[in-house]
Amino acid sequence: MDFTNYQLDNFYDELFESLGKPRPGSKLLIERLESLSGESILAKQKAAETMLLQMGITFAVYGNEEGAEKIFPFDIIPRIIDGAEWDRIEAGLKQRIFALNAFIDDIYNGRRIVKDRVIPEDVILSSKTYRKECEGFSPPHNIWCHVTGTDLVRDSDGTYYVLEDNLRCPSGVSYVLENRQILKRTFPQVFEASNVRAVDDYPNLLLDILEYLAPESVSAPTIGVLTPGTYNSAYFEHSFLARQMGVELLEGQDLIVHNGFIHMQTTKGLQQVDVLYRRIDDDFIDPLAFRPDSMLGVPGLMEIYKSGKLAMANAPGTGVADDKVIYAYVPKIIKYYTGEEPILPNVPTYVCAEQKERAYVLENLDKLVVKAANESGGYGMLVGPHASQAERKKFAQLIRENPRNYMAQPTLALSRVPSLIEDTIEGRHVDLRPYILYGKEIYVLPGGLTRVALRKGSLVVNSSQGGGSKDTWVVDRPE
Amino acid sequence: MLSRVANSVYWMCRYIERAENVARFIGVNLNLLLDLPLDASLQWSPMIATTGDQKQFEESYSEYSYENVLRFLTFDRQYQNSIISCLQFARENARSVREIISSEMWEQLNRFYIDLKEAEHSSFAQNDPHKFFLMIKMRGHMFSGLLYSTMSHGEPWHFARMGLMVERADKISRILDVKYYTLLPVGDYIGSAYDNIQWAAVLKSASAHDMYRKRFHRITPKHVADFLIFDAEFPRSIRHCVATAFDSLHKITGSPYGSALNRAEKCLGRLMADMNYADIEDVMELGMHEYLDSLQVRMNEVGQEISSTFFKLTPAVTNGLSQQ
Repeated sequence: MDFTNYQLDNFYDELFESLGKPRPGSKLLIERLESLSGESILAKQKAAETMLLQMGITFAVYGNEEGAEKIFPFDIIPRIIDGAEWDRIEAGLKQRIFALNAFIDDIYNGRRIVKDRVIPEDVILSSKTYRKECEGFSPPHNIWCHVTGTDLVRDSDGTYYVLEDNLRCPSGVSYVLENRQILKRTFPQVFEASNVRAVDDYPNLLLDILEYLAPESVSAPTIGVLTPGTYNSAYFEHSFLARQMGVELLEGQDLIVHNGFIHMQTTKGLQQVDVLYRRIDDDFIDPLAFRPDSMLGVPGLMEIYKSGKLAMANAPGTGVADDKVIYAYVPKIIKYYTGEEPILPNVPTYVCAEQKERAYVLENLDKLVVKAANESGGYGMLVGPHASQAERKKFAQLIRENPRNYMAQPTLALSRVPSLIEDTIEGRHVDLRPYILYGKEIYVLPGGLTRVALRKGSLVVNSSQGGGSKDTWVVDRPE
Repeated sequence: MLSRVANSVYWMCRYIERAENVARFIGVNLNLLLDLPLDASLQWSPMIATTGDQKQFEESYSEYSYENVLRFLTFDRQYQNSIISCLQFARENARSVREIISSEMWEQLNRFYIDLKEAEHSSFAQNDPHKFFLMIKMRGHMFSGLLYSTMSHGEPWHFARMGLMVERADKISRILDVKYYTLLPVGDYIGSAYDNIQWAAVLKSASAHDMYRKRFHRITPKHVADFLIFDAEFPRSIRHCVATAFDSLHKITGSPYGSALNRAEKCLGRLMADMNYADIEDVMELGMHEYLDSLQVRMNEVGQEISSTFFKLTPAVTNGLSQQ
């Protein structure tokens, strides 16, 4: 298959410097793609999809009586990141997560940052994800955000920006690991020759962190992944991580509070559980502490957690730092806790609670992306340039009614990666979600999940909105 | 292990074994079809009679035709014991315990289900039923092979094996019962060559024909029943299944043979003792159908006791905010 008709269209292309000139780390891959016939590339794509289906790497599609499942669309052409460039991103993410963790610890314990007037107190207290229940509490080793999936995007001049921080229960890392397994089989020679940084260590490192959190009095802690159950769209991932770490996969119904500890119900009676990697949101984790209608959680869990007899990753209350309005303050937060300038910039952000910025947003809705403070998955969002007059009107109304709940950003020209579209190769927009683990040290998984908007021209990469994924290679060039 | 997980592993295996055995039932009749005299028409209603689900069949279908019976038992999703329903349940259970079973088991079961779903929309089953049901049988064998050789033989495995054995014991008794429900074309066919052919078909559908021949050489109804109920070595005989389930049960609880810690052990232990000290003469005296019927009732009880002993543990404390 050749790239003679491939167009860059003035976007930043992750694999090409200019038409016909691959970036240094991508040269081997492009040569390989050019040497293959269109048919054999399509056959490779088909084989990868079959493999995903047979391994059952699927997510449930709701509202179908047969419980239909779909594979998360996957494109076999990887995104390639140069090692030196990655090292900078890694440093930026470490700095950012360190600061955000210090921020969370601070706002629940003393609020030094408010007293020093870096961020107004009411912005914090009015956040829907602020948890009063966590005030005065310090989790083991003062770590709150053990697992983070930060979304990065790259603009047309090649600059990486942080789009959002997912500090609650970020998903997708299982796709990173499985996509890698598949691509190793799809392009074995190129992969071997390209010197790609490995990602396979992730489950071990996650397990290390979970063990590190266990109460000191417990010598061989019982660890579990807490899942909402098989009907959750990320269930595959929960089960995958439990399997890779060799720990229990637990549902709320398996757990009860007994004698001041959390126990799981086994065939031989009750057994104490010491650490939970929970993949249920704060709201649903304990009907006594949060939403009383939750069927997923464990009544009394928060009380045990706060008594220190159970550790949880991520700590309840971390969501306050990925409030999309608090996001606007992150550069200041980084400077405040580290004394350094942020390595990775934020996307310029207009906070609708501030009168001047709100006025600008309302005047420029056709140029901006508006986001609700606490939605994820591409919901509660207005992409101004692509929206209808009626949609923009609706959002203007929403912003006026509840300015605290909205922020806006300019539309970025997201970078593109060549992608297999029917039987040709075309550029499609991507973002990047690296995963950061916070234990004894901060570790960043090389690469992460590249999500791709497979619809022509689309900028929305969420799987719920027609997005797919790609493998991400961090490539070290020989000196 | 978690009660919920034990429950899922146990039912995963029961459903796979059930699906495989539905294929075997249909196999009995297909084998009969090959051997019947030309003027005799084959009966398909006994197939449904042995399942005990006549009422449900008659609600959806007007006659016991080959096509209807095949559809009902194979692809009818409304019917919870059809092959496709069983596989769907098996797969849902497997999905909830993927971290417990091996990837090989999951992938094979997943592919089994996907292939069956594709067959649903083709005419494969109608056009070549022998091949189709053989395939299902072999997939079932493959799953139990993977269970045996890719999963550690610890507690979860014993729950899996126990589910497999309880289900198999029940279904072998029903396969034997197919013959009871199948009327011979004319009264004096009993004991004739045709009668023997039918008994041979029963053996074949239990994968027992060759092993039976080694022990009894000639086919007689009494010996066939003896073999499928009491043979100590044949892995699909009811007694063998009961003994294997009993062994797994004791491996799970750790209690020695001869003692019973819970109602499941009591119930299954009694059934095994009865089978150890009964023989085919007792069966003939009671009547074979009656004997099989009582076995099925007792297997049901065993299933219920297993479930209430291991899967429905009511915790000692239910109040979330108990003493600290």
